[in-house]
Amino acid sequence: MKTAAACCLAVIAGTAASAAPAPGDWVSIPGGTFKSALRYEDLPAGSRVAPYALLQSPVTNGEYLEFVRAHPEWRRDRVPVALAEARYLSHWQSAASPGPGTMTDQPVTWVSWFAASAYCEAQGARLPNWQEWEFAAAADATRTDARADPAWRERILAWYSRPSNEPLPRTGASPANVYGVRDLHGLVWEWVDDSSALLVSADDREQGSADRQRFCGAGALSMDDRDNYAILMRVAMLSSLGAADATGNLGFRCARDEL
Amino acid sequence: MKRAFQLVVACIAIALPVVANAGDAAHTPLPADSVYQVDATLSRAGGGETAWRALRGTPRVVTMFYSTCRAVCPMIVESARAVQRGVPAADRSRVGFVLLTMDPSRDTPPALAAVQRERHLDPATWLLLRPDEADVRTLAAILGVRYRALADGEFNHTTTLVLLDADGRVLARTEKIGSARDPEFIEAVRTAAAMAR
Repeated sequence: MKTAAACCLAVIAGTAASAAPAPGDWVSIPGGTFKSALRYEDLPAGSRVAPYALLQSPVTNGEYLEFVRAHPEWRRDRVPVALAEARYLSHWQSAASPGPGTMTDQPVTWVSWFAASAYCEAQGARLPNWQEWEFAAAADATRTDARADPAWRERILAWYSRPSNEPLPRTGASPANVYGVRDLHGLVWEWVDDSSALLVSADDREQGSADRQRFCGAGALSMDDRDNYAILMRVAMLSSLGAADATGNLGFRCARDEL
Repeated sequence: MKRAFQLVVACIAIALPVVANAGDAAHTPLPADSVYQVDATLSRAGGGETAWRALRGTPRVVTMFYSTCRAVCPMIVESARAVQRGVPAADRSRVGFVLLTMDPSRDTPPALAAVQRERHLDPATWLLLRPDEADVRTLAAILGVRYRALADGEFNHTTTLVLLDADGRVLARTEKIGSARDPEFIEAVRTAAAMAR
């Protein structure tokens, strides 16, 4: 199984971005030096992102159903509220079925951080950390870092003007970026492993201001690139959530260390 | 007479297995909103391992720290100790205090044992625990602690004391530490201690 996955990865890496891997496929990302849109006081020159692999698209309702079948403790009628709030999988018709209205290949949403982590762990993987997510999401179809391009930013921001009451598109429908990864922008928000590491200020020596540092108001303060609204909004959203929280436009994909 | 009575109560209290008591609580289902819904195994400062879930059975004040921290963490320990002092002596041993390290690579059990010794944290009520690397973020998540490892080995983190009832439900939390005391939190701990009689 592991060998098969490794072969798969090698094929993907070999054929580069032009090949369109099927949903659930892993995409190799070489990593490299990266300057986050967030201001990390301890990393003024940027950080080194190690090679990793990312799921080509976010996890779908269909894939998540398989997980729930194999791990019934994650059914919405069995999961403890400490690990997933009451609205967990509330868009499914029943605890054991998304139902006909929810397309199997739409990204799963209404999942908590605990649930997303458990899903990835069950695949022998993990959630990507923020740096890994941001690294992959900086790319467009031809460039590894398109972030300075105003046209690219506009395209991403256009997503936010789309009404949120429309059904979610299926995964994998958007063009792949230069690595072969899809849907990093324009489909759903995504959990990262270290969501709870976002936006913590230098430390809590400034008593009383902890809350201000932790939530939306701190977003601009910690952003190195204040024009990158798409990243700013994402960070503000992730940093405002608790690990048992779920929302209708927040999904996830898994990552793993490169083999 | 009153003093003698208090002494007896104190003795009984000391005899209570506050530190690692799975006890009868293990037989009833864990509440859905219990932090002990997280599955994790921790190393004890004194050696050996404790299941996170085995902390059930006693009200506890839990916080996260790391021992190489110069600025905030000593304050966290002192704040937790101040909370403990806020509980009447007769009830003091009814509430356990748990310090979880967010830095398992450096805070090995011997390192934690050194902290326990140097800071005179009575092993009868104070547990210093080291989660596995893979469980730190999960335990922080269930406790509502946010942190990030910095390039120089320090951590950014929120300073939170969480009061749990015997079943691991959050009764109160405070982010006020150091000189900024939180009387409401101390009152909640007092009440939890009194209810554990």
